[in-house]
Amino acid sequence: MDHSATTPVDSLVLDAMLPYFTEMFGNSSSLHSFGTEAAEALSTAREQVAQAIGALPEEIIFTSGGTESNNLAIRGVIPHDAGKKHIITSVIEHPAVLNTCEYIESLGHEVTYVPVDSDGVADIEMIEESIRENTVLITVMHANNEVGTIQPIKEIAQIASKHNILFHTDAVQTVGKIPVNVDELGVDMLSISSHKIHGPKGSGALYVRKGTRIDPIIYGGNHENGMRSGTENIPGIVGLGKAMFLANESLDEDSQHMMNMRDHLISQICGSIADVRLNGHPTLRLPNNVNLSFKYAEGESMLMLLDMKGIAVSTGSACSSKSLKASHVLSSLNIEDDYIHGSLRISLGKENTMEEVDYLVESLKETILKLREMSPISGQ
Amino acid sequence: MYSKKVIKEFSSPQNVGSIEDADGVGEIGSTIDGDIINISIKVKDNVIEDIKFKTFGCVVAISTSSMVTNLAKGKTVDEALELTDEDVINALDGLPEGKDRCSGFALDALKMAIEDFQQKNK
Repeated sequence: MDHSATTPVDSLVLDAMLPYFTEMFGNSSSLHSFGTEAAEALSTAREQVAQAIGALPEEIIFTSGGTESNNLAIRGVIPHDAGKKHIITSVIEHPAVLNTCEYIESLGHEVTYVPVDSDGVADIEMIEESIRENTVLITVMHANNEVGTIQPIKEIAQIASKHNILFHTDAVQTVGKIPVNVDELGVDMLSISSHKIHGPKGSGALYVRKGTRIDPIIYGGNHENGMRSGTENIPGIVGLGKAMFLANESLDEDSQHMMNMRDHLISQICGSIADVRLNGHPTLRLPNNVNLSFKYAEGESMLMLLDMKGIAVSTGSACSSKSLKASHVLSSLNIEDDYIHGSLRISLGKENTMEEVDYLVESLKETILKLREMSPISGQ
Repeated sequence: MYSKKVIKEFSSPQNVGSIEDADGVGEIGSTIDGDIINISIKVKDNVIEDIKFKTFGCVVAISTSSMVTNLAKGKTVDEALELTDEDVINALDGLPEGKDRCSGFALDALKMAIEDFQQKNK
């Protein structure tokens, strides 16, 4: 139940990929028949990805994943001409955006990090107020990977468009879970990752609206129209195309199934365990995301006890992170100290079942009871 | 990444609880830090006869609490004061890199409990 971290490759996706490792191993740049096969596979995958998000095939750039897509979107708009540029983003972005922004700052450019409210929604008014003469990009994630809050992307895109500023969104968590259409959202760029939607790791894409000028960050043999050089990862790209196609085909069904499990999980836990809070927005929320904080129980300890029961989840607690700092997302939501160390993210997948959710609820009850009995502050 | 010993102490910790008529109590940490360790001791003839802990915290906080109480039980007060961070980490077959930051908290709580005992018995 840690699908926001990654997902298993769907067997149909794997079947589609396998021939491209062996008999159809060609380089799409070669003119012979092996090369043609690869070029055709590339073209089909491009159409599949484009179609799933309502884009044109030529607006899709294949990358190595969400991180590279975010890097390309942000770093790609910076070097157009000399002079100090300004970017606006939110404080709860993925590190692939935040650390890229930090890098941009180290080059002498400026970044405004707008805050979010206690539900994790970015402050739209502040985004508009932050716009300057040299603002070249606004980048705000479609939905947050930790607390699941879905951002008002359409409204932010309208603000950007009104001021003639490019708008990028990291849609790694939303593609395959809620409808994502680039025209409806009004975005200029959108990042996609394959391994979050039952595709292979090491594959992703950046949508770039026709007419949007960005510079590449990787130079070489001018693959992907010069936007991303390097011989294409054909099996990975084929896998992404197939995964996007499948995700789009069963979007309504999968999303409803995940929402049913999500709502059942939240009501069961909040109804049977005391001193718990739901982090993130109550309704504007990813169908598969549940993020809870418990008093008197620490996140890493909960995670490990659940792992021993065969359940994989994640936590934003300080002790679980390499930096030993509590999650930057939870820290921006103004969560009380009593709750901030006891967070648990449960991210469901389409293959999870209601029985598994009930098993999680029972296991979690035991886990919390055990830790609270051990805790000196549970008031017992 | 955690040793089997750490996982064992964490999942089946020993000496959990608090001694009601304790001779010394030590408590360290806060909800802001994310770790609170409370250790209480019962001392007879200068020997730690009984020791209990209550801990709110991560895997390291719980497993070191359990190990510290194990190591201190049956020792004289002076022997217990000589326990080092290294003794605790070695007894747990080591801690992963970067996870040893809060390994000393449990030992600090024990030493506070002993100081509390010594203050009361001056």
